[in-house]
Amino acid sequence: MKPLPQNLKYSTTHEWVRIDNEIATVGISDHAQALLGDVVFVELPEIGKTLSSGDEIAVVESVKAAADVYSPVPGQVTAVNPKLQDSPELINQDPYDQGWLFQIRLQGDLPFTLLSAEDYQALLDAE
Amino acid sequence: MLIFEISARNRRAAVQAPRPIATPKDIPQHLLRTSRPLLPEVSELQTVRHYTQLSQKNFSIDTQFYPLGSCTMKYNPRGVHALASLEGFISHHPLTPEAHSQGYLKSAYELQDILAHVTGLNAVSLAPMAGAQGEFAGVAMIRAYHLARGDTARTEFLVPDAAHGTNPATAVMCGFKVKEIPTDKNGDVDLDALKQAVGPHTAGIMLTNPSTLGVFERQIRTIAKTVHEAGGLLYYDGANLNAILGKTRPGDMGFDVMHINLHKTFATPHGGGGPGSGPVAANDRLKPFLPIPRVAFENQTYRWLTEKDCPQSIGRLSAFVGNAGIILRASIYARLLGREGLCRVAEYATLNANYLMVRLQKAGFTLAFPTRRASHEFIITFKQEAKTLGITAKDIAKRLLDYGMHAPTTYFPLLVAECFLIEPTETESKEELDRFVDALIAILEEAKTSPELLKQAPHTLPVRRLDDLKAAKDLDLRWQGTIA
Amino acid sequence: MPFIPHTDEDLAQMLAVIGAPNIEALFDEIPKDLRIQGLPDIASGLTEMEMTREMKQRAAQDTVLACFLGAGAYEHHIPAAVWQLASRGEFLTAYTPYQAEASQGTLQLLYEYQTMMASLMGLEVSNASLYDGASALAEAVLMAVRANPKLSARRILLPANLHPHYRKTVETLVLPQGLQLDILPINEHSGTLDLAILKTEQEDLAALVIAQPNFYGGIEEVDALCDWAQAQGALVIAVVNPTAMALLKEPGAWGKNGADIACGEGQALGVPLAGGGPYFGFLCTKMAYVRQMPGRLVGRTVDQIGNTGFSLTLQAREQHIRRSKATSNICTNQGLAVTAATIYMSLLGATGLADVAKASHAKAQQLAAALIKLPGVSLGFKAPFFHEFVLKLPCPAASLIKALLAQDILAGFDLGLVSEQFKNAVLICVTETKNNADITAYVAAVESALSSISIEETSHAHI
Repeated sequence: MKPLPQNLKYSTTHEWVRIDNEIATVGISDHAQALLGDVVFVELPEIGKTLSSGDEIAVVESVKAAADVYSPVPGQVTAVNPKLQDSPELINQDPYDQGWLFQIRLQGDLPFTLLSAEDYQALLDAE
Repeated sequence: MLIFEISARNRRAAVQAPRPIATPKDIPQHLLRTSRPLLPEVSELQTVRHYTQLSQKNFSIDTQFYPLGSCTMKYNPRGVHALASLEGFISHHPLTPEAHSQGYLKSAYELQDILAHVTGLNAVSLAPMAGAQGEFAGVAMIRAYHLARGDTARTEFLVPDAAHGTNPATAVMCGFKVKEIPTDKNGDVDLDALKQAVGPHTAGIMLTNPSTLGVFERQIRTIAKTVHEAGGLLYYDGANLNAILGKTRPGDMGFDVMHINLHKTFATPHGGGGPGSGPVAANDRLKPFLPIPRVAFENQTYRWLTEKDCPQSIGRLSAFVGNAGIILRASIYARLLGREGLCRVAEYATLNANYLMVRLQKAGFTLAFPTRRASHEFIITFKQEAKTLGITAKDIAKRLLDYGMHAPTTYFPLLVAECFLIEPTETESKEELDRFVDALIAILEEAKTSPELLKQAPHTLPVRRLDDLKAAKDLDLRWQGTIA
Repeated sequence: MPFIPHTDEDLAQMLAVIGAPNIEALFDEIPKDLRIQGLPDIASGLTEMEMTREMKQRAAQDTVLACFLGAGAYEHHIPAAVWQLASRGEFLTAYTPYQAEASQGTLQLLYEYQTMMASLMGLEVSNASLYDGASALAEAVLMAVRANPKLSARRILLPANLHPHYRKTVETLVLPQGLQLDILPINEHSGTLDLAILKTEQEDLAALVIAQPNFYGGIEEVDALCDWAQAQGALVIAVVNPTAMALLKEPGAWGKNGADIACGEGQALGVPLAGGGPYFGFLCTKMAYVRQMPGRLVGRTVDQIGNTGFSLTLQAREQHIRRSKATSNICTNQGLAVTAATIYMSLLGATGLADVAKASHAKAQQLAAALIKLPGVSLGFKAPFFHEFVLKLPCPAASLIKALLAQDILAGFDLGLVSEQFKNAVLICVTETKNNADITAYVAAVESALSSISIEETSHAHI
């Protein structure tokens, strides 16, 4: 298992989020990709869509499973990862960087349920 | 080789088609087809040889032990198949007037009657074409019942986490939100969680009993009371009916409606994944909502009941009457067995399952619920072997194929890790069960001495282990060549 | 014991291993008050010989009739090889190909079927089949709503000349999800869809359904309808007769972009009438929508050492994995009926299937032309038809059907059952199975029936 990047926030549903000013970049954690196995397809949101935190926004599909991705933060979708269309395996190979899913322009407060790397690690250890 | 690859341009089995004529002139040119569809161009012998050879690449009940849990792969009697294929039945148009359909209608009516007795629910519709459609019918009936009473607040359906995937999928198709109910460590529904979950929004609950965990839900009375008191109704998934024929009845347990899988309990052939048939049975409360058509017997004549007779029906599920040929087979099978034979089905299915379970336990395999009786099926888990030997349930399943046996259901139910759900059925002999135990013992030994043998398995089949990842990623869903 | 192999000795040994005194003890986890003692209300079992005698009598009761009835189920010649092959135990008694390596026969056959059906419809992908034509249309409607990018689009236009049982089935299966079904009217003279709709603009339309041929046998102006619907942001669902598609323009070639989904009843392809089933529904679409497709799909792949093989794929859409988020609750397909259809299409080939379509069409024309020479008889609609047509009669269709039944002729479908307005109209089907003598006999039977019906009615009037 890859070490958890310390600069990211995590959700209890295994998404990570990186916040640069108003823009939040979202992906799924290394733990989540390992559970799913080889990813074969990703369904990404439409650009411009407005979301509340907790909304189902994307689907990551492997051979044997399909997982919903929930938006960890509220806002409007500004970009989706164009490489995933042809190379969904980036989610397995590099979940915290090349395998990002989408970006959101933040609107409103960050939910207090977001976890630090340390707290997320504790959650994983408990599972 | 694909049939297209043995095709040659303009080769034909011409005797099979009518004499050729010119293209009609009355149809406007722009509505006619101009491209030639990609269909095979082969002789009759090539066709016969190709599909005979393909058939030989299948495992089937006729050729192998097939202990697929929750699927009831029992012997499909030849006599039943022959009688359902008689000319009067096979050439019969579904919209033929009833006066010329009495033979079929009588057989369908008799099956309705037998199913009512077996389930303890007194009204039956044979309309659903598969178990999943029966589930849809039952849940839609519950929806219609609440709406007919003006009770529009019931928007949730309860489904145990151990349920078949069809259950939650069905509830959603019927417009409900799904609430999952957890299972306790003995395989029973978590009653406290259930009590928390029910309320004025509860439309009903979907349950299988014996459950998909292969054990009888002992608190079923309490569950029924809890749901009924909250104003919800109970749906019974009949997947495991083989276990209880003549021993107990869903109607007596408190269920309001259920489906029966004729292709499981009533021995109709599975046909490589269908056709099935999933009749629904209901108590008086839900009877008016049953799907149409149903068969009635009045003034010494059988007739179809339609919208006019059943104004509250949830409606039609197919263009005609459901899978008539399957209904006919199930009716013939049930009457061949009769009351004694139907009870023996449950007895010997349960005997075979418990025998197999105890033998495997004694041989060192891990049971998921060691303190429980098996119903007609049971679960073993290879969680330990996965940890210590690095061998998965999938590896063992694939290796079993090399021993000439179909693998049990793997990785279902989802609650038990690395599991096999094993259902031998009543039609297998003791010798066959012993061979299965011997095979599993031998495979476990191989897992210790030569694990690669398992990881690379199967070795003796037409293909080695297939690349599912490639199948899902580089989608190749039709041949795109041209016939030379 | 029927179909149970155990000897008394087996039983004793097995109980000893289990440590149970008798079989009854194995049911001890069922609460006592829920136990029943057998099934006394069911009759005793029969021997195969007794059963054979009884079923032969029943089959004889359901007389074999000269079939001029279609209305969604069609009598065609089925080559002898089709069911001899499909009934092989290895096809008949196998289950869903979950263990791909032990199911290569079924899987390769389904891949071949997908290739044939997709090509017959002129589309890119076919699933491995659904239950029947009517339920396949319902699934197509649900799929179109999922596939339409406009989330607000939850309205479907159904043609008024859709098979009435298809319409009822669609209502049952899709209305619980809150969709709206509107009806597109027909032109009274042609019986085909009223093209006045083409001048309108529609909002929130998820899909337009076009039946080709329509329930009355008529051939629709598919190109204009298809282009119009797609310009409204709707998907086009073609519900078609597969035999007809060997002669008529295939859905993938409709209009500028082709229909988005083609579905229908596959029975005509080698599956007997059999009292209404098992038949199979087919569903084809464009690759862009493949993940919204319900039902099983077979893909071609390779094994560990690079040999070609086949397996179920895109299973993550299905209920056993996706549970409440699945594209449908469907698990089985109609594998055996599809096995027959695949063999049927192989034997006939493109030329043979077109010959079946052309012969059926020509014979329907021949019968229609002869019938309209009878006094008081005319065609119900003016549009060209495929192998089924509406005949207007000078009496209720029910009377004619009854009179012809007495001569072992199944005259057609009484349209009065669908609408009071059509009670003097019968829907007649002719396929390649009918020869000149059959057609002559039918005309003679109608002629004599009409004269006796009119005498009867006249004499009733005098009383």
